Amino acid sequence: MPSIRMKAISSGDTTEVQALVQHPMDSGFVKDPSGALIPPHHIETLVFSHNDKPVFTAYWGPAVSKDPYVKFAFKGAAKGDTLQATWIDNMGKTDTGTAKIA
Amino acid sequence: MSLHHTASQEATRRTALRLLAGLGLYGITMPSIGQAFASDAPGWPEAAFKAKTQDEVLAALYKGKLEMSKDVTIETPEIAENGAVVPVSVSTKLPGVTSISILVPENPYALAASYKLADASMAMVGCRLKMAKTTKVIAVVEAGGKLYAASSDVKVTLGGCGG
Repeated sequence: MPSIRMKAISSGDTTEVQALVQHPMDSGFVKDPSGALIPPHHIETLVFSHNDKPVFTAYWGPAVSKDPYVKFAFKGAAKGDTLQATWIDNMGKTDTGTAKIA
Repeated sequence: MSLHHTASQEATRRTALRLLAGLGLYGITMPSIGQAFASDAPGWPEAAFKAKTQDEVLAALYKGKLEMSKDVTIETPEIAENGAVVPVSVSTKLPGVTSISILVPENPYALAASYKLADASMAMVGCRLKMAKTTKVIAVVEAGGKLYAASSDVKVTLGGCGG
C-alpha cells in the first residue's frame, strides 16, 4: 500500500497540490495502555519534486498531526507532468509516491 | 444551546475512544528500539525542532528580527475541539518568499513545521497540527532575507499531545 496520496491540479501556470501521507506521527509524549511512553516516530522531511527539481520541502516535527496533510502550489508545470514526493522519518524509513498533474 | 453542548461532548468522547484505539494499535506494532537511533533526515533542522521556546527556534532557524506584518495571513479555527488535528494555513503576497515556519509556543517543542520554498513555489501552505493546549500560533515568513510574522489564537478544548 503506497503511503502517499496526492492530487495535483493545474490551472493556468499554477499547479495546486494536496497530499495525504499515512504515518503515525507519534509525538513521544503519549503513553500506551501499559503506561510506557511510545517513542517519537514522525516524518522529518517530505520533498516534492517536478522534473527532478524540488518545488516544495516540508520539515516536520512531532507536532504535525497523524496521517499528515499538506497543501501548496507551484508554477511551471503542465498537465500530464509527473510530480514526485519522498518522505524520510526519524527512524530512517522512507517512501516515494508520484502523481500525474491533472 | 444544550443540544449543541451534548453533541460536542459526544464528538469529544468518540475522538478520545478513537485515539485510545489507535494508541493500542501502535503500542503493539512499535518497531524495535534500535531503529529509533537512526540518523535524522538530511537537511532536517534538528536544533530548531528540539527548541522549547519561540526565541530559541528563531535563533536556530533564522538570522535577524521578527517584524509583525499585515501582509502575512494566518488562518486557524478560533476553537479547536480536538487539539490533535488543527488546520492551519499561511499565505502572503510578499515577494521573494524562501520559507514559511509555523510555531506553536505552548507545545513541548515550539516549532511545528518549517517549509522551504523554491523559486517556483507560491507563497502559501496548508497543514494540520497538534496543539497541547490553548495557544497562540505564529507564522513566520522569510522574504528577501527578512522575517515577517502573524499570529492567531486557538482555544483548544481537548489537548492533542496525550498528556
